[in-house]
Amino acid sequence: MTIGVLGFTAPWLLIALALLPVLWILLRAVPPAPVRRRFPGVALLLGLRDEDSAADRTPWWLLLLRMLALAAVIVAMAGPVLNPRGEDEARGTGNLVILLDGSWASARDWQGARDLLDIALAEAGRDGRPVALMRLTDPQPPEFQAADAWRSRLAGLEPAAWAPTAEMMARAADLVTGQEFDTLWVSDGLAYEGRLDLFRALEGRGTVTIHQTAQPLLALTPARAAKGALELTAQRLAPGPAREVTVLAHGRDPSGIPRVLATLPLSFDAGAAQATGALTLPGELSARLTRFEIAGQGHAGAVTLTDDSLRRREVALIAGREDREGLELLSPLHYLERALQPSAALMDGALMDVLPANPDVIALADVATLSEAEKTALLEWTEAGGMLLRFAGPRLAASDVSRSAEDALMPVRLRKGGRSVGGAMSWGEPKALAPFADDSPFAGLAIPDDVTVTSQVMAQPDPTLAARVIAQLGDGTPLVTRKRIGQGQVVLFHVTANAEWSSLPLSGLFVQMLERLAISSGGATPVAEDLAGTTWQALQVLDGFGTLRDAGTLPGVPGEALLDAALGPDLRPGIYEGEDRRIARSVLGEGDTLASAVWPAGADIQGLDRAAETPLQGWLLAAALLLLSGDIIASLALSGRLLPVRTAAVLAALIMLPDPSAAQGRPPEALAGEVTLAHVLTGDRALDDLAHAGLRGLGETLFFRTTVEPGPPEGVDLETAELAFFPLLYWPITATQPTPSDAAYAKLNAYLRSGGLILFDTRDADIAGFGAASQNGARLQRLAAPLDIPPLEPVPGDHVLTRSFYLLQDFPGRYGGRPVWVEAAPEDAEQAPGMPFRDLNDGVTPVVIGGNDWAAAWAIDDNGAPMRPVGRGYAGERQREMAHRFGVNLVMHVLTGNYKSDQVHVPALLERLGQ
Amino acid sequence: MTQAAPSASLRARSEAEAARLPALLAQARHLAGSVLLGQHGRRRAGLGDDFWQYRPVQEGDQRRQIDWRRSGRSDAEFVREREWQIAQTVMMWVDGAASMRFSSDKNLLQKADRAQLLALAAAILLDRGGERVGLTGHALPPRRGAAQIIRLAAVFASAEAQADYGVPDARGLPPQGHALFLSDFLGDFDGVHAALTGAADRGVRGVLMQILDPAEEAFPYRGRAIFDSIGGTLSHETLKADDLRDRYLSRLAERKDALRRLCAATGWQYHCHHTDASAQSALLWLHRALGGGAAR
Repeated sequence: MTIGVLGFTAPWLLIALALLPVLWILLRAVPPAPVRRRFPGVALLLGLRDEDSAADRTPWWLLLLRMLALAAVIVAMAGPVLNPRGEDEARGTGNLVILLDGSWASARDWQGARDLLDIALAEAGRDGRPVALMRLTDPQPPEFQAADAWRSRLAGLEPAAWAPTAEMMARAADLVTGQEFDTLWVSDGLAYEGRLDLFRALEGRGTVTIHQTAQPLLALTPARAAKGALELTAQRLAPGPAREVTVLAHGRDPSGIPRVLATLPLSFDAGAAQATGALTLPGELSARLTRFEIAGQGHAGAVTLTDDSLRRREVALIAGREDREGLELLSPLHYLERALQPSAALMDGALMDVLPANPDVIALADVATLSEAEKTALLEWTEAGGMLLRFAGPRLAASDVSRSAEDALMPVRLRKGGRSVGGAMSWGEPKALAPFADDSPFAGLAIPDDVTVTSQVMAQPDPTLAARVIAQLGDGTPLVTRKRIGQGQVVLFHVTANAEWSSLPLSGLFVQMLERLAISSGGATPVAEDLAGTTWQALQVLDGFGTLRDAGTLPGVPGEALLDAALGPDLRPGIYEGEDRRIARSVLGEGDTLASAVWPAGADIQGLDRAAETPLQGWLLAAALLLLSGDIIASLALSGRLLPVRTAAVLAALIMLPDPSAAQGRPPEALAGEVTLAHVLTGDRALDDLAHAGLRGLGETLFFRTTVEPGPPEGVDLETAELAFFPLLYWPITATQPTPSDAAYAKLNAYLRSGGLILFDTRDADIAGFGAASQNGARLQRLAAPLDIPPLEPVPGDHVLTRSFYLLQDFPGRYGGRPVWVEAAPEDAEQAPGMPFRDLNDGVTPVVIGGNDWAAAWAIDDNGAPMRPVGRGYAGERQREMAHRFGVNLVMHVLTGNYKSDQVHVPALLERLGQ
Repeated sequence: MTQAAPSASLRARSEAEAARLPALLAQARHLAGSVLLGQHGRRRAGLGDDFWQYRPVQEGDQRRQIDWRRSGRSDAEFVREREWQIAQTVMMWVDGAASMRFSSDKNLLQKADRAQLLALAAAILLDRGGERVGLTGHALPPRRGAAQIIRLAAVFASAEAQADYGVPDARGLPPQGHALFLSDFLGDFDGVHAALTGAADRGVRGVLMQILDPAEEAFPYRGRAIFDSIGGTLSHETLKADDLRDRYLSRLAERKDALRRLCAATGWQYHCHHTDASAQSALLWLHRALGGGAAR
């Protein structure tokens, strides 16, 4: 039975809910059980009547609590299940094929699809069904495996950046023939050729369940340059109400960092399937664009890449001296300007001024001489990929440039003077152009009849000349020559850029030739014929989520396929680089539209969100249990049997008991004002308290026996506390204490170097021998490794620790007789004759390491009584006394250093004084 | 086994009681000692054998009272006074009924324990003062001496009345004697009334000490409850104990008032002591009350 999203496995049990009102009445009639009390004063109570007889009833809220608890139990017994699988969704038993479209369109809902798959695989795993996973974008033969094996691979499953083609569909249909299985098809909801056929094929194999996202899909077709602006068109699947989307224009800022350079809001009208907008950007910005993306989509279809077709080439136009002011039509640059204006960004200025702006093309119209600096700069720029376009003219013809030797910035050597044909003073007809050769960049351009050349500069015949000619006149004289310089090239038109020498600048051919030279490539989409036979290398490719990735070692793509072939594993959307330009291939082509998938009637189509089946019984029973415990407390409270106030107060006091070792945080003045012993907080509360009590005990001993009068000890958190105030740091080791941070170690090392002493106590009686396998010992090694600790040795018999206050031979704590390690004496320490001990190193040993659990021996409680037993009887007390003496000696050693060692010199000093 | 059981239990009980006896005694001696500290007992002139002081003859002194030997050494005449040595008899009644075996908190003594401790300590004080101490109702005839204290303690240790509430036993009260009644006086008031008026008729004066548990004074109960007497003979059920508190407290006040008035009428002294208060203050009061009474 199912109610909403709830289903019940044993719904008839719910009938028991009808009993609740009966129970209500019953419970209401029975007052709570009385408490029996012994009370001698009852004699005085006899005869007293209750004034309020209504209070005997159980209060309504308590009843409600009980009712709720009971109802929860009843409902729980009925076996409620959230999001149950209906019986109609009978689980299959045979093989299961999970079919994914796996296209860019599914990338946006990929997480949902993955969750769905996880649930489906979990179910298949429970049912023990072998599962195969197929992706239509990359059909592989189905490989049936355990569902768990697939589940572990789910995270690595990614959508492709292309869509399944009809051919892929057919291959998938072929791959699954001849097997019986059910199909779970996770579709992206787009219409693909061959989808229906595949569906039919699958239907023949078993039941097919389709899950597809219902959310509207947005995609972006490639931007087009039109009228100086970029035209962007967004498509949407399933036209609906009006909607606003934002297109982000990504690019690099001048320093090369990727940024959003511009945004363009697009609005879909209600019912419209596409929205168009124009983005106007300065040429400088648009040259840096890398891609457009619909914000918040996250799939490859919402990304289009920009290539050279969107770039407005920057052309710097430089003429020789323009001394004929006002004669516009005779200006050497007039026709160039008119030809380039629509598609390129033109720059004016002196050569040395425009060079730093790094234009794509520099056109020199009849410029003959260049200064040496200009030449060098221009050559550098050309070698770096610039295109130098030169036009001849009277000046060039009259100059000696490239006359005897080829000029670096000229493609050919020139004959002196040039020639004129068909003029008033010359014989012959004006020359027409010869058809372009096949290997010329102008190949295929139609040559209008009216293009004639009357004057030109002549190229000196050279062995290299033939290769450099890309256009010639009918009589074979070169008209346009080209030479490659580094990555760039220099192109020379042997005529002027104005109509003085030829009618070429007047014709449309001039514009086309400039386009072909990629001088003004704006808006020109290469056609397949242009690209035939070329190979393009992928620079960057899109993944399914619309992220640009390095193409790595993807094989090259033939040029004829680059433009029109369907995307696939061999042709991924991305940026491809050819000989002299880049071409971007986006997921959607220009003019593509989105269409919804059409499924045959009767197909089982569901959304992606499929909630997991959740049994609620446990939760309800837990709730009932909680309610019942609430009932217990309420009942106790009602009958006055809840915790007596005094006990509660004691409990509360215990809970609020201040933590003695946590009472740190005394102001620095207080710490600096008196000797303060400190212990490192280990995080083990009991141990910290013991260490605190131990130092308090040691402090008391010092107070009574010596002139050292320490203040209350301090628990030190190594991470936060300032250590400079503490002469001695007692560090009990536990196996579990956290390792201090690097900053804390730096602080500790500074502390040790400035004369501090750390007393490490492994508290394990050094059972395993120092540094061996004891847990605390191992922990100590790890803790102390980053510390700046000198070589150590067991305390030698003549160490100053043995006599800094008391004369001691060993240093027991709660355990006795184990060696204690201190800084090793220098090797050259020698015992002076007649002296009882060596003249050892100055200063204080930075560490004392042992395992005798000194704090336990020192620890006293608030009454001053020892907290931990030490040994047995008198011997034990003697050992405790020795432990105290060790503590006194240690503190004395810390505070006075090698003072006692210095007394070795007293006889000598006295002797000297006596003289 | 079945035959050994009673004797074993008897022995166990007697051992337990014997163990308790010195404790009670020690406690009582300790308590009494603290009262006596720095004080003199019954050091006053009266009938007796021991010399007390010489004083000048006053009007009304008989001539044969003059101590001629002392008077011969001076011009004035002196009377030789002897220390007062008349032994008074103080009879005690310590309520041993079930209602006294109650303490509302495990840190508090039972009322019976406090009553016995006070009685014994008072007995020690009285014995040091030379009085004879006994128990009413022929339980223990009045005698003097340390042995009587031991006997008293033994009786206290063994006395376990079955009745729910005790009624003062005024039998065996010597005329013109003194009496000390220790009880919670929560039972039948008529019995107290009869005992006190009967005693007063015979010229007995005394002290009534009501010993109450703090719970009986405060009635800190709430909710539905059935109150049983300690002996189990009486019970009272209530649905809201907190509603009863005011009326219970007024009844208790009434009872105390009645006791006070009864004492005033019969010349007795009344004091109410709580088990959470110090026993010493109660003993001091007892000492004054008894001493004052004996002196008059």
